[in-house]
Amino acid sequence: MAVIGILDVDLCGPSIPRMLSIGRPDVHQCDSGWVPVYTDAAKTLALMSIGFLLEDPDEAVVWRGPKKTAMIGQFVSDVAWGELDVLLVDTPPGTSDEHLAVLENLKKHSRVDGAILVTTPQAVSTGDVRREITFCKKTGIRILGIVENMSGFVCPHCSECSNIFSKGGGEELAKLTGSIFLGAVPLDPLLSTSIEEGKDFIQSFPDSATFSAISSISQTLLESLQTA
Amino acid sequence: MLNLCPSIQVSTCAHTGTFEGGRLSQQDTKMADVPDNAPEHCPGTTSEQAGKSSSCAGCPNQKICASGATKAPDPAIAEIGEKLSTVKHKILVLSGKGGVGKSTFSAHLAHTLASDSTKEVALLDVDICGPSIPRIMGLEGEQVHQSGSGWSPVYVDDNLAVMSIGFLLSSPDDAVIWRGPKKNGMIKQFLRDVDWGDLDYLIVDTPPGTSDEHLSIVQYLSSTHVDGAVIITTPQEVSLQDVRKEIRFCQKVKLPIIGVVENMSGFVCPSCKNTSQIFPPTSGGAERMCADLDLPLLGKVPLDPRIARSCDEGKSFINEVPDSPAAKVYQSIVQSIQDYCSNRVTEEQSTS
Repeated sequence: MAVIGILDVDLCGPSIPRMLSIGRPDVHQCDSGWVPVYTDAAKTLALMSIGFLLEDPDEAVVWRGPKKTAMIGQFVSDVAWGELDVLLVDTPPGTSDEHLAVLENLKKHSRVDGAILVTTPQAVSTGDVRREITFCKKTGIRILGIVENMSGFVCPHCSECSNIFSKGGGEELAKLTGSIFLGAVPLDPLLSTSIEEGKDFIQSFPDSATFSAISSISQTLLESLQTA
Repeated sequence: MLNLCPSIQVSTCAHTGTFEGGRLSQQDTKMADVPDNAPEHCPGTTSEQAGKSSSCAGCPNQKICASGATKAPDPAIAEIGEKLSTVKHKILVLSGKGGVGKSTFSAHLAHTLASDSTKEVALLDVDICGPSIPRIMGLEGEQVHQSGSGWSPVYVDDNLAVMSIGFLLSSPDDAVIWRGPKKNGMIKQFLRDVDWGDLDYLIVDTPPGTSDEHLSIVQYLSSTHVDGAVIITTPQEVSLQDVRKEIRFCQKVKLPIIGVVENMSGFVCPSCKNTSQIFPPTSGGAERMCADLDLPLLGKVPLDPRIARSCDEGKSFINEVPDSPAAKVYQSIVQSIQDYCSNRVTEEQSTS
């Protein structure tokens, strides 16, 4: 079974703990550093987020760049991840302190295999993701591919598909920038609810179109990582 | 035009108050201006204790902090106060969460306020890394010009001006890869060097978060009066979780909150007219949060594919589809904001 780590470097808006139903465990230290938080006894999914470190979960982390950079440095260097097959890093939007900090620190310790870029279909979204693509190119990060999220909504009552956030932007962006289009994930209230409640959508709804989309994207990514 | 990308150096990340584990305390999360090379428990360069506390011993910045130089306010703050004295109302649009529709809301607030041709309105985009406002306002490809009185904003209509870093970039692929201090410098210039003229409303659109851009906007506007902030969320707890932090930020910096807008609040299928909660309010949505925190809920805007389309095409959704349920909610929200701003003026006049 693969062992995965998730490092959440969105210091102002850490969502990973809630999405994985972790609540507020303490972060302990061991000889080799901070122990990440595991989602279950099998220890196949390890997490680190500032969300675990806040005394009050509603407390705002109002830090300027240098302090955020220092925290991220600690997250990369001081967490005893152990043997991982994949470390996923979830980032906030932008091309600023967090992104530079996580890259600089990861590069000190090991290689960075690449980046997945997530967009919605709208031009307003792809317009920003073009800049993120430039960030990757300038910092020498391989672009593993583009995922189009919130890609259409199939009405559960009548099956009519509505393109609430427009259509096709992800694929166009991939073509325009010479990147791989990994796939599109539809809007799905069941996925939203699962995320809210920290439930494993994959376990709960294995027959859904959403599961199929996410599965296919993961498969393509794994193959891409193996051939690199 | 702009130096967009620093060389990526592996910074010798100097010892800077490393966190030893457990939980971050109030001390850790307070808004200290803590330099990169400060020791543990640095009181912050702008605190009364700067350079004088026991933690300062041995710090390379101790002398300069103790001299008081770091506590001296930035002269730009007074200059900005002077420059913006001709702006009657200032409204910040904030959210803790990305992708909830801040820029969409800011743009439509600007359009709606400017639909009264007797009002002068401006929209300032301080999302330095992801400037969406030029596209949403139909101004992609426009450039900013300099004159004797400063930078000229770009005009959508005679009474609606816009400024964004998007106008300073030469290509839609240009990335602004700047750390905090450089972003702060740009925001200072936007406030001090743009020739806004006399304005009834200045709306400031922000990126998600509670960081450099937000601190800088509040600090640089500290010698002016800011009417308040409109906070945008979507119904889910994952959004509200971050929005509560934004609300705490506003309370910390004493920024009044005009109210909360819940975007993406339900979707009515155009075919069968049934409503789906695509982003379910599993913890009661903005309504419950506002009740808990005693904040006004300004409105709940439903999802409408025509909103995204209008934004992509640089048009005002409210002009395009004025009779849609979403447009009506927007109108009502804008009216509440206008009423709030006028009531503030009336209160000030009656107390002076």
